[in-house]
Amino acid sequence: MNTLRALMQPHRIALMLVFGGIVLWCALALRWDWIPVYAPLALEGLWRTVWILVITCVLGFLLAIPLGLAQAVGPWYLAIPARSFCTVIRGTPLLLQIWLLYYGLGSLFPQFPAIRSSELWPYLRQAWPYAVLALTMSYAGYEGEVMRGAFSSVAKGQLEAAKAYGMKRFTMFRRIWLPQAIRNVLPTLGGETILQLKATPLVATITVVELYAVSSKVRADTFIVYEPLLLLAVFYLMIAGAITLLFRRFERRGTGGARLKSADVRT
Amino acid sequence: MSSTTSAPGDPAQAGQQDIAIEIEDLHKSFGPLEVLKGVSLSARKGDVVAIIGGSGSGKSTLLRCINFLDTPNWGKISVGGEQIVLRADGTPANRRQIERIRTRLGMVFQAFNLWTHRTLLENVIEVPVHVLKIPKADAIAQARVLLDRVGLGDKTDTFPAYLSGGQQQRSAIARALAVNPEVMLFDEPTSALDPELVGEVLTVIRDLAAEGRTMLLVTHEMKFAREVATHVVYLFEGRIEEQGPPEEVFGNPKSERLKQFLQSIH
Repeated sequence: MNTLRALMQPHRIALMLVFGGIVLWCALALRWDWIPVYAPLALEGLWRTVWILVITCVLGFLLAIPLGLAQAVGPWYLAIPARSFCTVIRGTPLLLQIWLLYYGLGSLFPQFPAIRSSELWPYLRQAWPYAVLALTMSYAGYEGEVMRGAFSSVAKGQLEAAKAYGMKRFTMFRRIWLPQAIRNVLPTLGGETILQLKATPLVATITVVELYAVSSKVRADTFIVYEPLLLLAVFYLMIAGAITLLFRRFERRGTGGARLKSADVRT
Repeated sequence: MSSTTSAPGDPAQAGQQDIAIEIEDLHKSFGPLEVLKGVSLSARKGDVVAIIGGSGSGKSTLLRCINFLDTPNWGKISVGGEQIVLRADGTPANRRQIERIRTRLGMVFQAFNLWTHRTLLENVIEVPVHVLKIPKADAIAQARVLLDRVGLGDKTDTFPAYLSGGQQQRSAIARALAVNPEVMLFDEPTSALDPELVGEVLTVIRDLAAEGRTMLLVTHEMKFAREVATHVVYLFEGRIEEQGPPEEVFGNPKSERLKQFLQSIH
């Protein structure tokens, strides 16, 4: 009720009317008759965008944990390769990485009969494994750097308390260090995941038909330019909104909603 | 078991089984700075040993060497009659042994160090469940009793960030008690507290002393040390300058440095 009353202010009503007017104008004045024809393909593309996003973020994050740990506390022979990986990934365009993997690695593989006749070949001759690999490495590279800071930012006393009670090193990592590190960087990770969503259209350039590729196809087939792009923007906004809500929920779970100030966590 | 009137380390009185902690000739340096220069100390079961001394005298380091949060350079440490096996350079030879011995010591830190991502109840059951492998239901039941005991029975589902320093330190004591420690180690438990919160923590520690818990207490609260300690150790520049029963140490100090120190406190 309260939120409803807060919305019912004159200036807000005016803005909502303007927005509603724009939507109405879009609905009536623009061409949407292509939607029924392309709806099945669009849903397929949406599904592909979502699962590529989820898989690459999950795999990328799993890689980011050792990458961050190696840089934060690892010996030099682990820290240097981890740092180099993150630097190269963060220092080169994602489009370049995708193309190098797909056109480089992907065209190298068929030259080896052993690979052509292997069980993996049905996958390796498709485009999506290269897309997933490139996006996973990209997320791992960026988040590896984030996790490096996250691991270093956990207060020493938190780990000392675990040590003082005889916790084994792996238990301490799993129960105290990792959860606290992740909690400290959850807002960053949420933002990075939205960036990852917005990087997915790049895989359309190597023939993976995801959401953006569908809008391109509509344009190419029907010469309708703006309407598919507008709808595409709405779809990405909705996915980004879902990611934001998801991470907000994660954040609330970690501290019971407490905003931790540095004064609260004395070291 | 706990005849607390005579001085600890008195061989005539102390049976070998009664020894809770024995430290022999402990040395510790941080780089070129020698913090402990050969400290020997023993505590029998039921003793409350107060360790006092000025800033930089090595009292916290002494406590932290006992559970190897700081690694001594030289010396012998045994807990409950079990000697910790050390290499020649003083580092522990067996990490498993250190981990096992740590579960028998309950450490309370100056900065509380409650795990900020867990509620009070989760803080208290963490070690029993994930280190001692006690069934979770039992650990929860025990944790509720302990939190009740320190006066926080109504805060079990609260996160540490919502509590005052005194409340946090009392829950940290409950967390230490949850492992049913042979010896409790208090590292300046009230130094990070606002003056009006010190009393509530001291009350909890006083109750523990009264029930005969063995404790090593690094503290700046001289009145409190005099009241609860069975034995007082005064450290000066990494050596034990004077020790004895509290009446002696506080009432009739022999060393000049201790006299000066006690004067500077008041």
